[in-house]
Amino acid sequence: MKISVIITLKKDVLDPQGKVIHQALDGMGFNNINEVRQGKYFEIDTKETNPKKAKDKVEEMCKKLLANLVIENYKIIDAQ
Amino acid sequence: MKSAVITFPGSNCDRDMDVALKKFGFKNKMVWHQDVELPKSDLVVLPGGFSYGDYLRCGSMASKSKIMQSVINFANSGGMVMGICNGFQILVETGLVPGVLLRNKYLEFICKNVFVKISNKDNAYFKNINNNVLELHIAHNEGNYFCTNDQLKEIEDNAQVAINYCDQSGEIKDTFNPNGSLNNIAGIFNKEKNVLGMMPHPERMIDPSLSGEDGSLFLKNLINNMK
Repeated sequence: MKISVIITLKKDVLDPQGKVIHQALDGMGFNNINEVRQGKYFEIDTKETNPKKAKDKVEEMCKKLLANLVIENYKIIDAQ
Repeated sequence: MKSAVITFPGSNCDRDMDVALKKFGFKNKMVWHQDVELPKSDLVVLPGGFSYGDYLRCGSMASKSKIMQSVINFANSGGMVMGICNGFQILVETGLVPGVLLRNKYLEFICKNVFVKISNKDNAYFKNINNNVLELHIAHNEGNYFCTNDQLKEIEDNAQVAINYCDQSGEIKDTFNPNGSLNNIAGIFNKEKNVLGMMPHPERMIDPSLSGEDGSLFLKNLINNMK
Protein backbone atom coordinates (compact mmCIF):
# COMPACT_ATOMS: atom_id res chain seq x y z
CA MET A 1 0.00 0.00 0.00
CA LYS A 2 1.33 3.42 -0.94
CA ILE A 3 0.86 6.43 1.29
CA SER A 4 2.02 9.92 0.43
CA VAL A 5 3.10 12.70 2.75
CA ILE A 6 3.46 16.38 1.98
CA ILE A 7 5.62 18.47 4.31
CA THR A 8 5.30 22.23 4.19
CA LEU A 9 6.96 25.02 6.13
CA LYS A 10 4.74 26.72 8.68
CA LYS A 11 3.36 30.12 7.72
CA ASP A 12 5.74 32.27 9.78
CA VAL A 13 8.93 30.44 8.83
CA LEU A 14 11.18 32.18 6.33
CA ASP A 15 11.61 30.21 3.09
CA PRO A 16 14.56 31.73 1.20
CA GLN A 17 14.48 28.99 -1.44
CA GLY A 18 10.82 29.68 -2.16
CA LYS A 19 11.67 33.36 -2.49
CA VAL A 20 14.42 32.72 -5.03
CA ILE A 21 12.16 30.40 -7.04
CA HIS A 22 9.53 33.15 -6.99
CA GLN A 23 12.06 35.68 -8.32
CA ALA A 24 13.21 33.27 -11.04
CA LEU A 25 9.62 32.62 -12.16
CA ASP A 26 9.02 36.35 -12.13
CA GLY A 27 12.05 36.87 -14.35
CA MET A 28 10.69 34.25 -16.77
CA GLY A 29 7.53 36.23 -17.21
CA PHE A 30 5.27 34.52 -14.68
CA ASN A 31 4.28 37.82 -13.10
CA ASN A 32 1.06 36.88 -11.33
CA ILE A 33 2.59 35.06 -8.38
CA ASN A 34 1.96 36.25 -4.82
CA GLU A 35 4.30 33.80 -3.11
CA VAL A 36 6.13 30.49 -3.62
CA ARG A 37 6.72 28.10 -0.71
CA GLN A 38 8.89 25.03 -1.19
CA GLY A 39 8.06 21.76 0.55
CA LYS A 40 8.81 18.03 0.49
CA TYR A 41 6.87 15.06 -0.84
CA PHE A 42 7.31 11.43 0.25
CA GLU A 43 5.86 8.21 -1.12
CA ILE A 44 5.96 5.40 1.39
CA ASP A 45 5.25 1.90 0.16
CA THR A 46 4.33 -0.17 3.21
CA LYS A 47 3.64 -3.88 3.71
CA GLU A 48 0.72 -2.96 5.97
CA THR A 49 -2.63 -3.80 4.33
CA ASN A 50 -4.98 -2.09 6.80
CA PRO A 51 -5.34 1.55 5.65
CA LYS A 52 -6.08 2.89 9.14
CA LYS A 53 -3.05 1.14 10.65
CA ALA A 54 -0.84 2.22 7.76
CA LYS A 55 -1.91 5.83 8.14
CA ASP A 56 -1.29 5.74 11.91
CA LYS A 57 2.23 4.39 11.35
CA VAL A 58 3.00 7.08 8.77
CA GLU A 59 1.73 9.71 11.18
CA GLU A 60 4.19 8.37 13.76
CA MET A 61 6.98 8.54 11.14
CA CYS A 62 6.07 12.17 10.43
CA LYS A 63 6.22 13.10 14.10
CA LYS A 64 9.44 11.19 14.81
CA LEU A 65 11.50 11.85 11.69
CA LEU A 66 9.96 13.16 8.49
CA ALA A 67 8.85 16.54 9.83
CA ASN A 68 10.30 18.91 12.40
CA LEU A 69 7.16 20.21 14.05
CA VAL A 70 8.85 23.41 15.21
CA ILE A 71 8.90 24.65 11.61
CA GLU A 72 6.95 22.19 9.49
CA ASN A 73 3.43 20.82 9.01
CA TYR A 74 2.69 17.42 7.48
CA LYS A 75 -0.29 16.22 5.53
CA ILE A 76 -0.90 12.53 4.92
CA ILE A 77 -2.63 11.66 1.68
CA ASP A 78 -4.78 8.56 2.01
CA ALA A 79 -3.69 5.25 0.65
CA GLN A 80 -4.66 4.42 -2.87
CA MET B 1 39.21 14.71 32.09
CA LYS B 2 37.74 12.19 29.69
CA SER B 3 35.97 13.18 26.52
CA ALA B 4 34.28 11.36 23.68
CA VAL B 5 33.76 12.57 20.11
CA ILE B 6 31.01 10.84 18.16
CA THR B 7 31.70 10.10 14.50
CA PHE B 8 28.68 9.90 12.22
CA PRO B 9 28.88 8.98 8.54
CA GLY B 10 29.72 12.35 6.99
CA SER B 11 31.27 13.96 10.08
CA ASN B 12 34.42 15.80 9.02
CA CYS B 13 35.50 17.82 12.06
CA ASP B 14 35.71 14.82 14.35
CA ARG B 15 39.49 14.40 14.05
CA ASP B 16 40.11 18.14 14.34
CA MET B 17 38.12 18.07 17.56
CA ASP B 18 40.11 15.02 18.75
CA VAL B 19 43.38 16.90 18.14
CA ALA B 20 42.06 20.03 19.87
CA LEU B 21 40.75 18.21 22.94
CA LYS B 22 44.00 16.26 23.36
CA LYS B 23 46.06 19.43 22.96
CA PHE B 24 44.44 20.87 26.06
CA GLY B 25 44.61 17.75 28.18
CA PHE B 26 41.46 15.76 27.52
CA LYS B 27 41.82 12.01 27.24
CA ASN B 28 39.66 11.65 24.17
CA LYS B 29 38.02 8.60 22.65
CA MET B 30 36.39 8.42 19.24
CA VAL B 31 33.00 6.73 19.30
CA TRP B 32 31.22 5.28 16.27
CA HIS B 33 27.56 6.21 15.77
CA GLN B 34 26.47 2.58 15.73
CA ASP B 35 27.89 1.91 19.17
CA VAL B 36 25.29 1.66 21.88
CA GLU B 37 27.28 2.57 24.99
CA LEU B 38 29.28 5.72 25.59
CA PRO B 39 32.69 5.22 27.19
CA LYS B 40 32.96 6.81 30.62
CA SER B 41 33.21 10.51 29.78
CA ASP B 42 33.08 13.93 31.38
CA LEU B 43 32.33 15.61 28.06
CA VAL B 44 30.67 14.33 24.88
CA VAL B 45 31.19 16.26 21.66
CA LEU B 46 29.03 16.04 18.55
CA PRO B 47 31.37 17.33 15.84
CA GLY B 48 30.81 19.36 12.69
CA GLY B 49 30.39 17.96 9.21
CA PHE B 50 27.61 16.74 7.02
CA SER B 51 26.20 13.72 8.83
CA TYR B 52 24.13 11.53 6.46
CA GLY B 53 24.84 14.01 3.67
CA ASP B 54 22.46 16.52 5.30
CA TYR B 55 19.62 14.45 3.83
CA LEU B 56 16.04 15.24 4.90
CA ARG B 57 17.09 18.00 7.36
CA CYS B 58 20.60 18.62 8.67
CA GLY B 59 21.19 16.48 11.72
CA SER B 60 17.82 14.74 11.56
CA MET B 61 19.05 11.26 10.74
CA ALA B 62 22.09 11.45 13.03
CA SER B 63 19.79 12.42 15.91
CA LYS B 64 18.11 8.99 15.57
CA SER B 65 21.32 6.94 15.36
CA LYS B 66 22.04 4.21 17.92
CA ILE B 67 24.56 6.08 20.05
CA MET B 68 22.28 9.10 20.47
CA GLN B 69 20.03 7.43 23.04
CA SER B 70 23.08 7.08 25.32
CA VAL B 71 24.05 10.69 24.59
CA ILE B 72 20.53 11.87 25.46
CA ASN B 73 20.55 9.84 28.68
CA PHE B 74 24.00 11.22 29.53
CA ALA B 75 22.77 14.80 28.97
CA ASN B 76 19.60 14.22 30.95
CA SER B 77 21.64 12.94 33.89
CA GLY B 78 23.64 16.21 33.88
CA GLY B 79 26.55 15.17 31.65
CA MET B 80 28.20 17.86 29.52
CA VAL B 81 27.35 17.60 25.84
CA MET B 82 28.67 20.08 23.29
CA GLY B 83 27.47 20.18 19.68
CA ILE B 84 29.50 22.17 17.15
CA CYS B 85 28.00 23.19 13.80
CA ASN B 86 26.45 19.98 12.47
CA GLY B 87 26.61 18.80 16.10
CA PHE B 88 24.40 21.78 17.02
CA GLN B 89 22.01 20.79 14.23
CA ILE B 90 21.92 17.26 15.66
CA LEU B 91 21.24 18.63 19.16
CA VAL B 92 18.23 20.66 18.03
CA GLU B 93 16.86 17.59 16.25
CA THR B 94 17.09 15.55 19.46
CA GLY B 95 15.25 18.30 21.32
CA LEU B 96 18.06 18.61 23.89
CA VAL B 97 18.24 22.31 23.00
CA PRO B 98 15.24 24.26 21.70
CA GLY B 99 14.69 25.67 18.21
CA VAL B 100 15.92 24.72 14.75
CA LEU B 101 18.65 25.78 12.30
CA LEU B 102 17.27 26.91 8.96
CA ARG B 103 18.99 27.54 5.64
CA ASN B 104 21.11 30.72 5.75
CA LYS B 105 19.05 33.78 4.90
CA TYR B 106 20.94 34.62 1.69
CA LEU B 107 21.26 30.97 0.62
CA GLU B 108 25.05 30.98 0.53
CA PHE B 109 27.43 28.65 2.29
CA ILE B 110 29.31 30.90 4.71
CA CYS B 111 32.93 30.15 5.55
CA LYS B 112 34.70 32.93 7.44
CA ASN B 113 35.85 34.21 10.80
CA VAL B 114 33.26 35.94 12.96
CA PHE B 115 33.17 37.56 16.37
CA VAL B 116 30.82 36.22 19.01
CA LYS B 117 29.91 37.77 22.31
CA ILE B 118 29.69 35.49 25.31
CA SER B 119 26.23 36.27 26.63
CA ASN B 120 26.20 34.01 29.67
CA LYS B 121 29.23 33.11 31.79
CA ASP B 122 27.29 31.48 34.59
CA ASN B 123 27.96 27.94 33.34
CA ALA B 124 30.71 25.35 33.09
CA TYR B 125 31.56 26.29 29.48
CA PHE B 126 32.32 30.00 29.84
CA LYS B 127 32.82 30.54 33.58
CA ASN B 128 36.12 32.34 34.37
CA ILE B 129 36.91 33.17 30.76
CA ASN B 130 38.53 36.61 30.61
CA ASN B 131 37.35 37.62 27.16
CA ASN B 132 33.86 38.84 26.44
CA VAL B 133 34.30 38.45 22.69
CA LEU B 134 35.88 35.54 20.82
CA GLU B 135 36.97 35.37 17.20
CA LEU B 136 35.95 31.97 15.85
CA HIS B 137 35.40 30.32 12.49
CA ILE B 138 32.04 29.45 10.96
CA ALA B 139 31.42 27.21 7.96
CA HIS B 140 27.81 26.32 7.36
CA ASN B 141 24.83 26.41 5.06
CA GLU B 142 22.15 26.01 7.75
CA GLY B 143 23.01 28.20 10.73
CA ASN B 144 19.99 30.48 10.71
CA TYR B 145 18.69 29.90 14.23
CA PHE B 146 14.92 30.01 14.55
CA CYS B 147 12.37 29.23 17.24
CA THR B 148 8.79 30.15 18.06
CA ASN B 149 8.00 33.32 20.03
CA ASP B 150 7.03 31.21 23.06
CA GLN B 151 10.32 29.31 22.87
CA LEU B 152 12.28 32.55 22.50
CA LYS B 153 10.66 33.97 25.60
CA GLU B 154 11.50 30.80 27.54
CA ILE B 155 15.09 30.84 26.23
CA GLU B 156 15.53 34.45 27.31
CA ASP B 157 13.81 33.98 30.67
CA ASN B 158 16.17 31.09 31.45
CA ALA B 159 19.27 32.91 30.11
CA GLN B 160 19.87 30.10 27.61
CA VAL B 161 21.54 32.24 24.94
CA ALA B 162 25.25 31.36 25.07
CA ILE B 163 26.81 33.44 22.29
CA ASN B 164 25.64 36.04 19.76
CA TYR B 165 27.23 37.24 16.52
CA CYS B 166 28.74 40.68 17.08
CA ASP B 167 31.58 42.95 15.97
CA GLN B 168 35.07 43.09 17.42
CA SER B 169 33.93 45.33 20.25
CA GLY B 170 31.03 43.06 21.18
CA GLU B 171 28.22 45.12 19.72
CA ILE B 172 25.35 42.87 18.67
CA LYS B 173 23.75 44.32 15.54
CA ASP B 174 21.97 43.05 12.46
CA THR B 175 24.96 44.12 10.34
CA PHE B 176 27.11 41.50 12.09
CA ASN B 177 24.57 38.71 11.61
CA PRO B 178 26.05 36.38 8.96
CA ASN B 179 23.09 34.07 8.40
CA GLY B 180 19.82 35.68 9.47
CA SER B 181 19.85 34.00 12.86
CA LEU B 182 17.14 35.15 15.29
CA ASN B 183 18.57 37.87 17.63
CA ASN B 184 22.06 37.05 16.24
CA ILE B 185 22.02 33.78 18.20
CA ALA B 186 25.15 31.70 17.46
CA GLY B 187 24.85 29.23 20.33
CA ILE B 188 22.40 28.19 23.03
CA PHE B 189 22.21 26.06 26.16
CA ASN B 190 19.57 23.73 27.45
CA LYS B 191 17.78 24.96 30.58
CA GLU B 192 20.31 23.34 32.91
CA LYS B 193 23.32 24.72 30.91
CA ASN B 194 25.06 21.34 30.68
CA VAL B 195 24.27 21.06 26.97
CA LEU B 196 25.71 23.65 24.57
CA GLY B 197 25.06 23.89 20.85
CA MET B 198 26.94 26.44 18.75
CA MET B 199 27.67 27.11 15.08
CA PRO B 200 31.29 28.39 15.42
CA HIS B 201 34.20 25.93 15.47
CA PRO B 202 36.56 26.48 18.42
CA GLU B 203 38.64 23.49 17.25
CA ARG B 204 39.67 25.47 14.17
CA MET B 205 41.23 28.27 16.21
CA ILE B 206 43.84 26.46 18.27
CA ASP B 207 47.02 27.22 16.37
CA PRO B 208 48.39 30.77 16.04
CA SER B 209 50.34 29.91 12.89
CA LEU B 210 47.23 28.65 11.10
CA SER B 211 44.38 30.67 12.50
CA GLY B 212 43.84 32.35 15.81
CA GLU B 213 43.93 31.29 19.40
CA ASP B 214 40.47 32.08 20.66
CA GLY B 215 39.50 28.43 20.34
CA SER B 216 42.44 27.64 22.61
CA LEU B 217 41.15 30.15 25.17
CA PHE B 218 37.77 28.49 25.15
CA LEU B 219 39.02 24.89 25.39
CA LYS B 220 41.71 25.66 27.99
CA ASN B 221 39.13 27.42 30.10
CA LEU B 222 36.68 24.57 29.61
CA ILE B 223 39.03 21.87 30.91
CA ASN B 224 40.05 24.08 33.85
CA ASN B 225 36.39 24.56 34.74
CA MET B 226 35.83 20.83 34.65
CA LYS B 227 38.78 19.88 36.87
